[in-house]
Amino acid sequence: MNRRFVLVIFVMVASFTTITIAQGQEGFPTDNDVNDIAKKLYCPVCPNTPLDVCETKACQDWREQISVQLSDGWSEDQIIDYFVLQYGERVLAEPERGGFTSLLWLLPVIAVLVGLVVVWQALRSWRSARLIEMQPVPSQPEVSPETLAKIEKELRKLA
Amino acid sequence: MLADIGLFALIVAFLLAVYATIASAWGGWKNQQAYVESARNATLLVVPLLTISVGVIVYALYSLDFSLAYVEDVSSRSMSPFLRLTALWGGQAGSILFWAWLMSGFVAAVLLRKWERDRDLMPYFIAVAMLTTAFFIGISVFIINPFARLWHIPGATELTRAIFQPAGAMAYIPQDGQGLNPLLRHFGMIGHPPTTYLGFTGFVIPFAFAISALATGRSRSDEWIRTSRRWTLVAWIFLSIGLVLGGRWAYDVLGWGGFWGWDPVENAMLLPWLTGTAFLHSMMITEKRGMLKGWSVMLIILTYSLVLFGTFITRTGVISSVHAFSKTALGPVFFVFIGLTFLGSLALLLKQRDTLKTKHEIESFMSREAAFLLQNLLFLAITFAVFFGTVFPLISELVTGTKITVGPPYFQKVTGPLFAVLLLLMGIAPLIAWRKQAARSLGRAMLIPFVASLGVAGIWGYSHRVHPASFFALWLVSFVVLSIFFEFWKGVRARMNAQSERPVVALGHLIGRNHRRYGGYIIHLGVVMIGLGFIGDAYFQQESQRALTIGESMSIGDYSLRFDNLETFPGSDGREVLEASTSLFKNGEFVRTLQPRRDFFVVQQQPVTVPAVHSTPATDVYVLLVGWEEIGLQSSTFKIYLNPLISWTWTGGIVLILGTFIAVWPQATGKRRVSYSLKPGKFRPQPSAGD
Repeated sequence: MNRRFVLVIFVMVASFTTITIAQGQEGFPTDNDVNDIAKKLYCPVCPNTPLDVCETKACQDWREQISVQLSDGWSEDQIIDYFVLQYGERVLAEPERGGFTSLLWLLPVIAVLVGLVVVWQALRSWRSARLIEMQPVPSQPEVSPETLAKIEKELRKLA
Repeated sequence: MLADIGLFALIVAFLLAVYATIASAWGGWKNQQAYVESARNATLLVVPLLTISVGVIVYALYSLDFSLAYVEDVSSRSMSPFLRLTALWGGQAGSILFWAWLMSGFVAAVLLRKWERDRDLMPYFIAVAMLTTAFFIGISVFIINPFARLWHIPGATELTRAIFQPAGAMAYIPQDGQGLNPLLRHFGMIGHPPTTYLGFTGFVIPFAFAISALATGRSRSDEWIRTSRRWTLVAWIFLSIGLVLGGRWAYDVLGWGGFWGWDPVENAMLLPWLTGTAFLHSMMITEKRGMLKGWSVMLIILTYSLVLFGTFITRTGVISSVHAFSKTALGPVFFVFIGLTFLGSLALLLKQRDTLKTKHEIESFMSREAAFLLQNLLFLAITFAVFFGTVFPLISELVTGTKITVGPPYFQKVTGPLFAVLLLLMGIAPLIAWRKQAARSLGRAMLIPFVASLGVAGIWGYSHRVHPASFFALWLVSFVVLSIFFEFWKGVRARMNAQSERPVVALGHLIGRNHRRYGGYIIHLGVVMIGLGFIGDAYFQQESQRALTIGESMSIGDYSLRFDNLETFPGSDGREVLEASTSLFKNGEFVRTLQPRRDFFVVQQQPVTVPAVHSTPATDVYVLLVGWEEIGLQSSTFKIYLNPLISWTWTGGIVLILGTFIAVWPQATGKRRVSYSLKPGKFRPQPSAGD
């Protein structure tokens, strides 16, 4: 008895919840939902144009397609995978990492590291060149603007 | 008739340019001044001749002389006179001619100004600069001649373009032209392309001086650095203005809510700017400390090669499609020329490397030399990443056969951290002394800006909580700005105390006395302001899109937009305009009406989305009309972007120009003020060379 009562309550609550969810989803997917995904894709026909801003008829259709897929309950990843499968990897704004494409990410990092080593070595050799010489080269002290102004004032008085 | 004169002038200019190249190289080699003088005269003649050619083309564009194929390409009856004039650089043939003309102008300006002073460097300077100029005039004469006409050969389905009448052909003169690409029909057409071209061509001067110094073995004396410093700054500022105006144009025309899309063509412009900026800084270390001579030469070679590469990418469209490469002879010819320029210069540098050896010495890793070196490294790393990302689609297609896109996310992720370190360096490096900097005094110098910037960034970041990185970015910007202001304040305070000057007078004198140093600071300020726009774009941009019926509103952030009306009417330059009237409200209060448009170019069948922008220092509200109901015009779809901080980018561009003006301003001659630098043991007054 008690158990049945709980069940009834549960069903009632559940049905309310579904109603509220359905209401919350009114108009789903919105343009913003579509754009959020389209932004991550590139127009397959026009060079260098993200799908969310492209104006061609083809792109409008593709956005429409994303909208339909969203309302069919597809997830973002599924939709993106679908477009990659259909039109190739170039529809991705950011290429997949892995395989040959990892070079794209690796090489700049390697370049920076190599550069740092080179700079470090150069600075070290410059400094040791200085240390070996050991002659007291009068270094030119950085004169602060305050001091400079004072000196100029004094000099002007002399003149 | 007029066109024949233009063509004739172009051909003679080409012959003279080739002559100048050979004669000056010969004269320099054999030490025969007469040949060099003759080459100089030939060079000076190229300018008026090219001016005639350019003038004829411009007149033909204006007067719609459709017997010329180029006029048919880029001009049309429906275009306003203003646009017809700008069509000079609206297509390939005109752009190349324009390039050659500007470059010849730069070279002639150097010859007129510097002839006596740098006589030793002149022979090879002329040879190098005129070789490039001759190359561009040559392209104009042989490959894409702007004076080519349209011919109809009986039996052929397509029209032929040729300068001279092919056998049996009849001249074909169309009634109207196709006109400029609709995206180019904009006021920005007068700004971005010419400034970019001025920047690009201007770099020929430091490049030619550097090569000349190498060839004559005079690179050691640094004469070429002093001579080309100001020219480099001129080229650099034009390229910078070109970049900012290009961003502004993209913002106003392309309708995607941003100003920088890491498009191959944009990257192609950015690359020489990056290495050019590195060069400007390494020049200072060469000039002040006599160090890094070979490195500076290397940087200008790289910069100039990238200038050529940029022109190559923009003019052949090779990145977006490999097939554009061999469509005309332009691609292969260009490619070979860039290769020869780059490798030839490098070979010369290698051969002469012994003349460039200097003693490098510093006392500490904490020295301005080290900071400069790190800065150069960062610029080169960014250059590499941008270059690699730009050409990677090509490499990928060639190696794996897969076409891929390298879009903004890649460039933002890779260059973002590097730019951040650069900004940090920008705040610290000017406070570090040459040779050696004591950590304690550096800490003292940085303390006030550092603490203050933490406060500013704390408040700022707290009121706009988005992403931890955004907080860091705001701190960086505050730190750099405050440390620059603090430098100004220290200088002004010192003058006020010592000379009892009023603040404004003191500031004027401070800048006037050391205009290179303080001009440099102002340039840095401009760069930070431009950076602010990028930060706003990266972390704070919001967008929303919705369909509205008349009277309905949508909201984003503090703003809301009400759709009032939609109407259609014929516009100028052959367009059909669809314009929406909307009212913008902020926190419920009416701000202004905004009228986003969709211009449809009838002949080209191309739509252009024109945004309506409400701009304030804090935020831009950027409204686009992206869709509408065809019948009844009762409903439209709008896309709104909130673009915080973007307007600082444009202000930053102006500050950049101001700073450069101050930095290149000639030191007052005549009554030269003497500043003194102290040398222990050897105390004597020395005219300050600025900083």
